[in-house]
Amino acid sequence: MNGKKRKNSGGIGGFFRGIGTGCANIVKIFAEGDWMTKVSFLIMGFGCFVRKAWLRGIAFLAVEIAYITYMVTFGWKYLKDIGTLGVVESVKQRGGKIIYGDNSFFILLFGIVSIILTILFIVVWVINVHEQKNEEEILKKGKRMPYVSEDFATLLDKHFDKTLLTIPVLGVFIFTVVPIIFMICVAFTNYDKNHQSPANLFTWVGFENFAKLLNFGSGGFGSTFLSVLGWTLIWAFFATFLNYFLGMGVAILINKKGIKFKKMWRTILVLTIAVPQFVSLLYIYKMFTADGLVNSYLIAWGIIEKGNEIPFWTNPTLARIMIIVVNLWIGIPYLMLVATGILMNIPDDLYEAARIDGANSWQMFKSITLPYMLFVTGPYLLTSFTGNINNFNVIFLLTQGKPLSNSLAENAGRTDLLVTWLYKMTVQDTNYRMAAVLGILVFAVVAIISLVVYNMLPSVKDEEGFQ
Amino acid sequence: MSNNSVRVASMKRKQTTGNIVAYIVLIVISIIWLTPFVCLVLQSFISRAEFMSTSEVYLIPKTWSLDNYAYLFSKDCNFVRWYINTLVIATFVSIIQTAIVLCVSYALSRMRFAGRTFLMKFWLILGMFPGFLTMICLYFILREMGLTQAGAVPGLILVGTASSGMGYYVCKGFFDTIPKALDEAARIDGASRARIFAIITLPMAKPIVIYTALVAFMAPWCDYVFASYVAFGYSKSYNVAVGLQNWVWTNDYQGFFTRFCAGGLLVAIPVTILFMALQKYYVEGVTGGAVKG
Repeated sequence: MNGKKRKNSGGIGGFFRGIGTGCANIVKIFAEGDWMTKVSFLIMGFGCFVRKAWLRGIAFLAVEIAYITYMVTFGWKYLKDIGTLGVVESVKQRGGKIIYGDNSFFILLFGIVSIILTILFIVVWVINVHEQKNEEEILKKGKRMPYVSEDFATLLDKHFDKTLLTIPVLGVFIFTVVPIIFMICVAFTNYDKNHQSPANLFTWVGFENFAKLLNFGSGGFGSTFLSVLGWTLIWAFFATFLNYFLGMGVAILINKKGIKFKKMWRTILVLTIAVPQFVSLLYIYKMFTADGLVNSYLIAWGIIEKGNEIPFWTNPTLARIMIIVVNLWIGIPYLMLVATGILMNIPDDLYEAARIDGANSWQMFKSITLPYMLFVTGPYLLTSFTGNINNFNVIFLLTQGKPLSNSLAENAGRTDLLVTWLYKMTVQDTNYRMAAVLGILVFAVVAIISLVVYNMLPSVKDEEGFQ
Repeated sequence: MSNNSVRVASMKRKQTTGNIVAYIVLIVISIIWLTPFVCLVLQSFISRAEFMSTSEVYLIPKTWSLDNYAYLFSKDCNFVRWYINTLVIATFVSIIQTAIVLCVSYALSRMRFAGRTFLMKFWLILGMFPGFLTMICLYFILREMGLTQAGAVPGLILVGTASSGMGYYVCKGFFDTIPKALDEAARIDGASRARIFAIITLPMAKPIVIYTALVAFMAPWCDYVFASYVAFGYSKSYNVAVGLQNWVWTNDYQGFFTRFCAGGLLVAIPVTILFMALQKYYVEGVTGGAVKG
């Protein structure tokens, strides 16, 4: 529902101007409308009933009744407390029975839901008002109102988009939009392990959590945040570009003229995409532990001594290198597929012409293949970079962010990305307030990178640019 | 003349050496890529008793044993249950998600309505929030609906499909390449939008339907984080990832590692076969997705 009905206007200024003219229109409709329209301002869909557009009338009236019922029986009791998030503490009586007071979690959640529903209700109300005006005009012109069956038919034709999008938009709304708004609000509260509803209340604290995350003194998370952010960016850089170039290299190798069994080579590589990551990555993690296969064989072959195992996952630098290398194992096949498809699209005569000019294969790669690839896959590189910032599986399945470090706050490890740190805060420490702040900052990082890079991409600047 | 043939011969020689190098590199790559899988298969035949009997870790079982597989199907272990759970989740997610993605893609590709660009921009921005941010909130919403722990399977289907509309990019990109002239011709003949969608667009979109369904089907097999949170402590609701994961990490499951290998292999085989069978469509999807961004 949300989104579709809002008018798209440029910028915040345009938005408010739109609201202004909208209000003026509504006043005008009330002044000029007949009595049926005027009653419809209070009883939604009234005019539709009188004018015998039953379906629309029922729809509007149902919305109004549903909204009022919701607010009276349910919504209001949460909405009224949203300023404080509840004041009645839970009391533990003698005998261990607990009398629960206000539940801050539900006050916040249903308060948000109520606010959003109210906004949507106002939107439907405005549509209702405009509908009355339209119907008035249709009747004035001497035409008849569409039958119910015709109303339904437009849902499969002219308004087919509404039929198609209602469920998807509702799904995103309930399971993504509401939770995100909720968590953004949590960033401004003290919801953590000492303030768990329903036993305890939590309340608004303003920007305290943000101050804590960016505080570089003791007790603040500032230095930890920077360290984790730094590694996240390093990781995303290598995971994106190393995979990209090596994947392209492997693709060129397989597509080379005269190489046989192309399909077999590809199939071998593609196995890593097919096998669920939790199987393959966990297995690789175990291979390289101190008591894993690799160290055991190195000891058995006398290359290293027992008690002197290579600390693949416990040495911070080595663990980071391992993660990037193992990620190549996951990522190269994927890039190989992408690159193969694109390489086949490069017109052969480009190479033909270069060969006649006496170019060698490196020169051809440098001045034909690479520019073409970069041009075509620019947006892909960007999404894959931001995707890697949020790449949870590889890190979590391999190291879970370990090795831990005393110099880092809140259980952050040396290989933790921002998202795995966020996960730890949520699950291990139930420190929801800081997790929410971190989530917002991850969003900020991703949004800034996307915005800046997107406008610099050659394929965006000049869509037909590649010659 | 002779000069030319010498050049051709030298080029040929150069190409042959080039190919030999290429073959060597490819063989090395293949070995690296296959090693973990081969090791996994070999170790799955080492029984727990044998695995526990020595501190050494090795590949080739001293006695080849099917104990691990027997354990997976025994009464002590919920593996079969986990397997069915995952299969059910994956099937439902795959069907529902594909339907939703197709609907959204068609609407965004073919129809022009108020708020269309707003919707696309809004979803793009939503996608920039890390997924785990909302985990705790989703958990409580599901708990209120009774869809955690014992009800985790429908809960995971719900969460897995609810927001799938946001993943329309590849599919919409594909729809954009289907000529609009086809639609217009049908509209002149009096076909409604819904009819065009069903009769013209869908049959042409077969590759992308298969791609979407395949990707949606494979994701739940790896879903550990949210699944473990929702099903927490209720073993009958685990999926394979949550169930088997415990065997690698937790100290309560000493010596379960080779059982993990056996279970992992049983999970990997059907998924891999399915993927390989539909690989053509997968390649089409990822290439299209990468090119169109």
